[in-house]
Amino acid sequence: MSGAIALPAVPSRRSRLWRRYGLAGFGAGIVLAWILIALLAPWLSPYPPDFVEVTNRLQPPSATHWLGTDALGRDCFSRLLHGARVSLLAGFSVVVLGAGFGTLLGMVAAYARGWVDEALMRLTDLVLCFPPIILALAIAAALGIGTTNTIIAMLVVWWPKFARLARALALVQRGQEYVEAAVVLGLKPARILGRHIVPNAVGPLVVLVTLDVGNAIITFAGLSFLGLGVVPPTPEWGAMVAEGRELVEQWWVATFPGLAILTIVLGFNFLGDGVRDWLDPKARSR
Amino acid sequence: MREIPVLEVKDLRTVFLTDAGPVRAVDGVSFTVMPGETLGIVGESGSGKSVTALSLLRLLEEPARIVGGSIRFQGRDLLAMDQEALRALRGDRISMVFQDPMTGLNPVVRILRQLTEHMVAHGRATPAEAKSRAISLLGRMGITAPERSAARFPHEFSGGMRQRVMLGIGFANDPALLIADEPTTALDVTIQAQILDLLRRLNGEFGTAIVLISHDLGVIADVCRRVAVMYAGEVVEEAGTAAVLADPRHPYAWALVNAVPRIGTPLGTDRRLVAIEGAPPDPLALPAGCRFAPRCPFRIARCETEHPPLAEVAPGRLARCWVTQAGEVLPKAGVAGFVGTARIPVATQPILSVRGLEKRFPLPRESLLAPRRVVHAVNGIDLDVARGETLGVVGESGCGKSTLARLITRIHAPSAGSIVFDGQEIGQASAAEIRPLRRRLQMVFQDPYASLNPRMRVGDILAEPLIAHGLIGRGAAARERVTELLATVGLNPAWATRCPHEFSGGQRQRISIARALALQPDMILADEPISALDVNIQAQILNLMLDLQQRMGLTYLFIAHDLAVVRHLCDRVAVLYLGKVMELAPSAELFARPLHPYSSVLISAVPGRAGRILLQGEPPSTLAKPTGCPFRGRCPIARPICETPPPLVEHAPGCFAACHFPGEFAPPPSP
Repeated sequence: MSGAIALPAVPSRRSRLWRRYGLAGFGAGIVLAWILIALLAPWLSPYPPDFVEVTNRLQPPSATHWLGTDALGRDCFSRLLHGARVSLLAGFSVVVLGAGFGTLLGMVAAYARGWVDEALMRLTDLVLCFPPIILALAIAAALGIGTTNTIIAMLVVWWPKFARLARALALVQRGQEYVEAAVVLGLKPARILGRHIVPNAVGPLVVLVTLDVGNAIITFAGLSFLGLGVVPPTPEWGAMVAEGRELVEQWWVATFPGLAILTIVLGFNFLGDGVRDWLDPKARSR
Repeated sequence: MREIPVLEVKDLRTVFLTDAGPVRAVDGVSFTVMPGETLGIVGESGSGKSVTALSLLRLLEEPARIVGGSIRFQGRDLLAMDQEALRALRGDRISMVFQDPMTGLNPVVRILRQLTEHMVAHGRATPAEAKSRAISLLGRMGITAPERSAARFPHEFSGGMRQRVMLGIGFANDPALLIADEPTTALDVTIQAQILDLLRRLNGEFGTAIVLISHDLGVIADVCRRVAVMYAGEVVEEAGTAAVLADPRHPYAWALVNAVPRIGTPLGTDRRLVAIEGAPPDPLALPAGCRFAPRCPFRIARCETEHPPLAEVAPGRLARCWVTQAGEVLPKAGVAGFVGTARIPVATQPILSVRGLEKRFPLPRESLLAPRRVVHAVNGIDLDVARGETLGVVGESGCGKSTLARLITRIHAPSAGSIVFDGQEIGQASAAEIRPLRRRLQMVFQDPYASLNPRMRVGDILAEPLIAHGLIGRGAAARERVTELLATVGLNPAWATRCPHEFSGGQRQRISIARALALQPDMILADEPISALDVNIQAQILNLMLDLQQRMGLTYLFIAHDLAVVRHLCDRVAVLYLGKVMELAPSAELFARPLHPYSSVLISAVPGRAGRILLQGEPPSTLAKPTGCPFRGRCPIARPICETPPPLVEHAPGCFAACHFPGEFAPPPSP
């Protein structure tokens, strides 16, 4: 008898998935496209990125030079494609290394507590005290120009936020009954940390990592814009914007690298939001 | 003239539209509440009782939807009303009190505003009138110094006080109907007694009809004249509360009544409880016949195929059961309980011996110059646990019982005192020194949802301690032992590859017990192992623990706040208050002749019992170390001498009490 009542239709799984993860999929698409471009840049670009042809300088976009040429007559399109390599490499390496180091420090601090915690966290505070861009600027200037040196400079200012977050997450896990149970079972601290605390605490860290790659790309481009990022002939978006900033008439020189930065950062942000929704069970059940 | 019912629910149907299909959470529920009447709705989690309550006020959110039936409030159809009309009713003619008093109040708004807001919003009073009414309401809810309290913020109030404020809000507009969803579940037993007493009085004074939802029949028996028992979305029995308790006519109600040990019943010789096996049916695949049939010990052939209607089985009594409708009577359960002679430790060396145990938790300073504040959780506990016995530890929240367990298992290090486990001092030993001993001293935790690592498979959870202690290699040997452990606790060994979230609360608690057993311990500390479970599952877990104890000769330290369970299960009981032992006695002795006034009060506060002693006030803060007798501030017989701390002295063989006037405060008459 109860089977007889008409039940309203459940919205289809596909439409709900689309509503929830559509934007994230879009972001993932952008990110994936840029990664492919970076990998295939030598084959995709019509000219070598540092092929100088002074007679052909500052040409507007045309069939031969899709995005025009810059002040030295280099093909902007080819440089844009190659620029993705440096940006993505810098973005990923800064975030992955910074997150790894910061997480390790934060989790150890949370688990050890006492003076270890105090020392590590005060060190973190010390780094956090400085404005990150300016500190990175100073370190990069001291180390000298170059992609690796800039990445090192960024790493120095990058790890503390991960250390803070990791410590907070590990502290929450530490109070959980299953961690207490592991203590009572006589497991060693390294195992408790590695097997019980870390796997349950990484969710928000993964979200921060995804959201942060875009941030790192922007910072790296910013340092390059100021002349600290890459050694000159290397194609890099921030440096390309810097080269084009005075060329008002030749708008294409600065505009396209700027758009490239915009799309890749947007892509990472959409993707990060999606990852957050996916990892957050509350947002998921909606 | 016939009186119009306050609430008339007919054939209410609420479904959840889930990915897997529509779940019928409420499936054809009907009941009527007359003005001033009290109706209880009881059932286990997932039975649809809370969804029913939310449906009544149309507070459900997607994906839940009401798909059929009618709800009439004072003759008006609630389901036909627009949002505007509903809003006018909510908080005015119908009000609701929720389970969790900690989240029910807005933390950034003063108490007064929270009370007056809806009086003014519903046009019942001007702001000035509302203020004076709010203050008088607070007084009537039993809040001391109502003017001062009204100016405070919710975080300055304890759980019990907040629930009083919530009730004040509920009664502010003099509603015709109050719906209370588990209003006392989050509270301690003495505070619960106060709140239930308040509800009963308010029902009398205001004439407000009350629908009280609870998983505890005792709570409902305290307040409600009638009760509706729900199972799998349906009402399976509706009758007077006393009649259901004395003579249930539906097998599920019968199981509910008998699964719980009661303080009033005489103790028998068998400690096992009546537990029906199995779990509620999958809401996506409900059985065609009676929904309880797969678990029912009394089922007949007809139950499997035909769905029974809710029909009258006696004057004023409805039941949804073919058996009782045919005139059969459900048997009285064997008298559950235990009176065998308790094993009182005498000459044998105790397996665990605790002396002068103290634990202080320093809190962070509020400001640089403020003195450091300290929580005094445990303030000098002496205990001996004999091999093979079950020692119960009871007390209200904040009495230090969980801290005690975490000190003995050395999750925390004690601030002072000694813990000797089987001849070895572990109180001050280092983590590495204790590690080999941990095999023999294990713990079962309270929350089955938090005590298992959600990212490990059950097989790995059980094998991990064995591998860590080098007792077993990986691979086949480990798998074999896991299979054995799962079978021991009554789970299907094939489930070793599942993750914890695939199990119900009761099953998780079984896994937790299996994990504690993995290392073949001598002693298990159980920290409220059943308080998060439904009554029927509680009975299953208690029976399992009893079986294991008999088979393996385990020693238990059983921490609980449910006195009836403790009386039923334990040989001896220690009563804790503010981190000190108030009384320690054999279980039967303690409940028959409590020596300490606090024990008497605790015992009398158990719901579903006559002759209650209502204790005023709440336990004092643990921020100050108690001086003298910790209980003297609330004690009905306190005298000036109580300012010197009474020692824990043996007043009768095996009966210890820390009181200057042991036994002077008469125990309540047994019903």
